Amino acid sequence: MASPISVERWLYPAEAGLYCAPGDFYIDPHRPVERAVITHGHSDHARSGHRAVMATSETVAIMKVRYGETCACAFQSLAYGDIITVNGVTVKLAPAGHILGSAQVVLDYGGQRAVVSGDYKRAHDPTCTPFELVSCDVFITEATFALPVFRHEPARGEVAKLLASMAAEPERTHLIGAYGLGKCQRMIRVIRDAGYDKPIYMHGAVVELTKLYQALCIELGDVRPVAGADPKDIAGGIVMCPPSALGDRWSRRFNDPVTAFASGWMRVRGRARQRGVELPLIVSDHVDWPELIATIAETNAEEVWVTHGRDDALVHHLASVGRKARALALVGRDEEAE
Amino acid sequence: MQAFAHLLDTLVYTQSRNRKIAVLARYFRETPDPDRGYALAALTDGLPPALIGRLPLRRMLAELTSSFIDPVLYKLSRDYVGDTAETVALLWPDTSAQRTNAKPSLHDVIETMRIGTTPQRTDALGRLLNRLDTSERWALLKLLGGAPRVGVSARLAKTALAEAFGRDVSEIEELWHALEAPYGDLFAWLAGRGPKPDLGSKPVFRPVMLAHPIEDEDWPKLSAEDFAAEWKWDGIRVQIAAVGGDVKIFSRQGDDVSSAFPEIRSAFLNLNCVTDGELLVMRAGEIAPFNDLQQRLNRKVVTAKMLRDYPAHVRLYDLLFEDGEDLRALSFTERRARLETWQADHRPPLTDVSDLVRFESFDMLRDIWSSTRDDGIEGLMLKRRDSAYQAGRVKGQWFKWKRAALTLDCVLMYAQRGSGKRSSFYSDYTFGVWRESDAGAAELVPVGKAYSGFTDEELKMLDKWIRTHTTETFGPVRAVSPGLVLEVAFDAVQPSTRHKSGVAMRFPRVHRIRWDKPAAEADTLEATKALIGRG
Ligand SMILES: [Zn+2]
Ligand SMILES: [Zn+2]
Repeated sequence: MASPISVERWLYPAEAGLYCAPGDFYIDPHRPVERAVITHGHSDHARSGHRAVMATSETVAIMKVRYGETCACAFQSLAYGDIITVNGVTVKLAPAGHILGSAQVVLDYGGQRAVVSGDYKRAHDPTCTPFELVSCDVFITEATFALPVFRHEPARGEVAKLLASMAAEPERTHLIGAYGLGKCQRMIRVIRDAGYDKPIYMHGAVVELTKLYQALCIELGDVRPVAGADPKDIAGGIVMCPPSALGDRWSRRFNDPVTAFASGWMRVRGRARQRGVELPLIVSDHVDWPELIATIAETNAEEVWVTHGRDDALVHHLASVGRKARALALVGRDEEAE
Repeated sequence: MQAFAHLLDTLVYTQSRNRKIAVLARYFRETPDPDRGYALAALTDGLPPALIGRLPLRRMLAELTSSFIDPVLYKLSRDYVGDTAETVALLWPDTSAQRTNAKPSLHDVIETMRIGTTPQRTDALGRLLNRLDTSERWALLKLLGGAPRVGVSARLAKTALAEAFGRDVSEIEELWHALEAPYGDLFAWLAGRGPKPDLGSKPVFRPVMLAHPIEDEDWPKLSAEDFAAEWKWDGIRVQIAAVGGDVKIFSRQGDDVSSAFPEIRSAFLNLNCVTDGELLVMRAGEIAPFNDLQQRLNRKVVTAKMLRDYPAHVRLYDLLFEDGEDLRALSFTERRARLETWQADHRPPLTDVSDLVRFESFDMLRDIWSSTRDDGIEGLMLKRRDSAYQAGRVKGQWFKWKRAALTLDCVLMYAQRGSGKRSSFYSDYTFGVWRESDAGAAELVPVGKAYSGFTDEELKMLDKWIRTHTTETFGPVRAVSPGLVLEVAFDAVQPSTRHKSGVAMRFPRVHRIRWDKPAAEADTLEATKALIGRG
């Protein structure tokens, strides 16, 4: 049998992003390329203008809603677990548990396996398929929350905090800032699971993606756009909006609302204060520090590459426990986003 | 501890001043003594050392955290969070004991922490932390670490206290320096269970009157004959209160800085007055640079050498009390006359009265101001002649007129990751100017560091530029190729032996980013040195 070809010889950062040379495709490239494999629909991973895109059918649907039907010339959807071969490279998508349709890209070539995690989490999320552990030789991970201060709380408990605040101030509308794709719909779902069954109102920017989630069979109950609704009906209820809307003029239409923000960053007080948030909800769609460390260990990867986020802490930690690790410092990733 | 943690957490996230006051007032009404008194102390001046002794908190926490976290990870976390107490609270391992055990009261905490050797107290602190959840741990460390920054000023806490019991805040402020934590007598009086605490013959702080910066649109509304002008000297504004053989020196925030300036206390020893003035270091009638004054500040022990090398002096601006008589309702003109007479009568050593600047029109004053480049002048004050001495920044009464800053074009040399909300950005910049190296080539020499003066948008652009022009990385610091010119504004340039360049800038900030300017055209060290003494 031929000796294995080390991963760094066939998978490496190039101008447009992480490039698989024998397969001649990129993973989550930050500029238009001939062929791209896309881990999930967030805008720092999925961009428009590629010629051919391969992704889960949910991610393809999300890209079409965000960028239009023609944002790529050709789409090929791949179900979790399906295996295809691209110029001798075996490609498989495994659930990442990050948002609906999110996938890890599993690549086998030359007797070695690399897993590109994209963004992922291990915590329970009723709106997407749970993370699946794939053992590999090289694990290429995100590190958005890679500092030991980040320990995310169970979303259920944070939603209980929200409902307690609503009970304490029943006349004030609760305005929840949440990333429009994934976080917003997960929050609605968890709020429903906590027994809240009144209509939940939505900022215009999250309407289309929320409808898409419903079309893809995620049960979200009675959700309505703010536009066109009677302000009297909204008062004292829940309104979902993108984080940026919390501080802008749009939010002034609600009389003295409680501004909440659902994000892993809310664990740090300074971050919540900087946002002017009154009710921080620590809900994250990324792995926290203990999950990140545990996942890396479970993959049995000999080597860990870090794509984006707090690479310094993670690389230092892995080196100190004797695991080979390096930062790829891929450009174009939003280190703050969720 | 639970109630206090809940209070601090709510305060941190509450924007509205009225809501903060309501939350505090409820806490003060509903929490039993002495816990509410300790909370009040924590929110105003911090717990006094008399209660818990000097707690080497930083060292104790370093000791405790070293047992479970790698120092590099600790440092990165601390840089990110921007606050030691919160970092430790977030990093501390969660245990099941946190949910079941009864929580300690603030009183328990203080009883636990007040005695013992440092190792014993370190252990005790570790045991306390083990009993608390994340937000309680944070609150505990804030309590022990001095005034917690939770968006509540000492003044707001006092206002809420007054509101809780239907009193006027000025009554509490006047009493304040005569009281001690946990303020049992104060709460007894407020709750109607005891007499008003006696000010007796203790020197106490009176709220200070402050000025608004003058804006262009103010000038047409003002007439020259209504105002007196005086220099704002480049020192520290202080209030000196002397009564009954005791003297206290307060900063304008009301912090007691007496112990750092024993010679000023002696100078006022047998007087009965409250004066407002500028604390300076002065040698042979010349005001020394602000740096010299800093040598005297925050020193716990004042040595004879420091008294000799950095002699303190007070330049008086105002007289608030004379022999027990409250002069604050008088006009500035009347108080000024009383000040001059009083100073001439008593001649306290190490003091003089700040001269008035005579002028007939604002144009004339502008000429005087722009032709004055004296050391030690920070600005010009305009005080309405009929202004009473009132607490705070009262509209339209006093104005300060600062000189436009000096600027230099400097070249970005190093960038460091910021802390807190900026920790994902390279936001701290070291910049330099050109000089000729020994070999005759042009080289950059660092002259200062700036963290401010740019917008969030510009910060992103700078961060991007830095990431793409990095030549070397040392931990959180990146060296960059000399290619970006920053127009830096600063208040003054001073000679410095600590810096390789031989100069130090005072209050440098980024004025403009000169994306357009070639680095080779930035300023030189000679040009920088030529600015020494200006500003
Ligand atoms: Zn994502
Ligand atoms: Zn991402």
